[in-house]
Amino acid sequence: MCLGIPGRIVAITDEARQLALAEISGVRREVNVACIAEGPLDDLVGEWALIHVGFAMSRIDPDEAERTLQALRDLGEAQEALDAMAEGQRALEAAK
Amino acid sequence: MKFASEFRDPALAKALLARISDVADRIGATREKPVHIMEICGGHTHSIFRYGLDKLIHPGVEFIHGPGCPVCVLPMSRVDECVEIAMRPEVIFTTFGDAMRVPGHRMSLMQAKAGGADIRMVYSPLDALELARRNPDREVVFFGLGFETTTPSTALSIQQAARERLTNFTVFCNHITVPEPIKALLDDPDMMLDGFIGPGHVSMVIGTRPYDFIARDYGKPIVVAGFEPTDLLQSVLMVLTQIAEGRAAVENQYARVVPEDGNPVSLAAIADVYERRPSFEWRGLGEIDASGLRIRPKYRPFDAEEKFGIGYAVGRKAVDEPEGCACGAVMTGRIKPTACPQFGKGCTPDMPLGALMVSSEGACAAYWQYGGSRGLAAE
Ligand code: SF4
Repeated sequence: MCLGIPGRIVAITDEARQLALAEISGVRREVNVACIAEGPLDDLVGEWALIHVGFAMSRIDPDEAERTLQALRDLGEAQEALDAMAEGQRALEAAK
Repeated sequence: MKFASEFRDPALAKALLARISDVADRIGATREKPVHIMEICGGHTHSIFRYGLDKLIHPGVEFIHGPGCPVCVLPMSRVDECVEIAMRPEVIFTTFGDAMRVPGHRMSLMQAKAGGADIRMVYSPLDALELARRNPDREVVFFGLGFETTTPSTALSIQQAARERLTNFTVFCNHITVPEPIKALLDDPDMMLDGFIGPGHVSMVIGTRPYDFIARDYGKPIVVAGFEPTDLLQSVLMVLTQIAEGRAAVENQYARVVPEDGNPVSLAAIADVYERRPSFEWRGLGEIDASGLRIRPKYRPFDAEEKFGIGYAVGRKAVDEPEGCACGAVMTGRIKPTACPQFGKGCTPDMPLGALMVSSEGACAAYWQYGGSRGLAAE
């Protein structure tokens, strides 16, 4: 929970709420980009960021992203994050 | 040694270990009289055990595992309050999965869910916000838990809920801060710490300045570190070098991610939504001054404590930790997990008694999973 996971911003989905679609280890999920937005949100597309509980917290370069992801995989924490995302999705669907 | 396969850069790891040994010898650190270095962050604890750094490193360097796992320091009374809120029929209680198995006095959230409470594990407070939008006739409560890395996410979510005028979304705020418990540990007369490895991702939010007092007022080195094994070794070397040179400073090994001033957007959101509580209870450490955050009055409609009249909103009674549990002594580094009478007996990851056994970032769970350190191997 305390370690962020690298994700790549692939599209801006909701300008007003500062939401974007990020690809995190092959999984796509909506994330908040308020903390890394400096100029127009569209500039973020293609950028890598460390994502904590659905919030992009810091931009990182692709090399750092790769190293961090590897370390998280070694620790089993990458899988934990992906499981948590799937669980979150289920929680929403149960609501309908 | 399964060195080569385990480390991405085995040559670098070896070189760092050799340099650590040189400096440790130079300052006269031995197995009998070790240098005590506390890694504050639970992510670091996990990494140290995963790579066996505690076994590979010079015997004169001992890691003390700090209070930096938010699940592990959550007091039982707060779990009880979660259960109480979650049991209300109108409530959808949302939480990070990590918190599900933390034992309360009567039950954990997992047990409450099995008993029929509508408890849902979410990845993000964004999921809780979405649940509130989709279920206007229900009360959606998010269990806000964690240090400065997760605090901005709930602050931004509360701001968003306010903009949307949601009336069925609240946060049960249990956010805590890193610098205050370190101060409490340093003020403990039994304290025997010689230096600190500072948390990486927390510092990405708050920057490095909040640690200035550690070097300035207490004369202890602190190095903010990344969580790859070579980051940790590099940081240990930096701490030892400071000790060898008779210096105490705040240094940043993880500058590629941690800016000195932190993240301005996160800090602004935290300041807008939260204020400090006079004190907050930590499992095993007791009440620590100014170590927890609460929601400011202007965001009161989003405060679950106010809405449900629970927790610090009504004045709380301190409750005891379970019989025979040594979590407090482990957390302050006075004893190793294996010295707890419950370790592996009344307390295992499947049936945790204390919180340090619940999360993979807890010292007891890490000992259990990775076979402990030299201390255990020698037994
Ligand atoms: S073994 Fe269990 S009870 Fe003992 S200190 Fe660890 S978590 Fe606490």
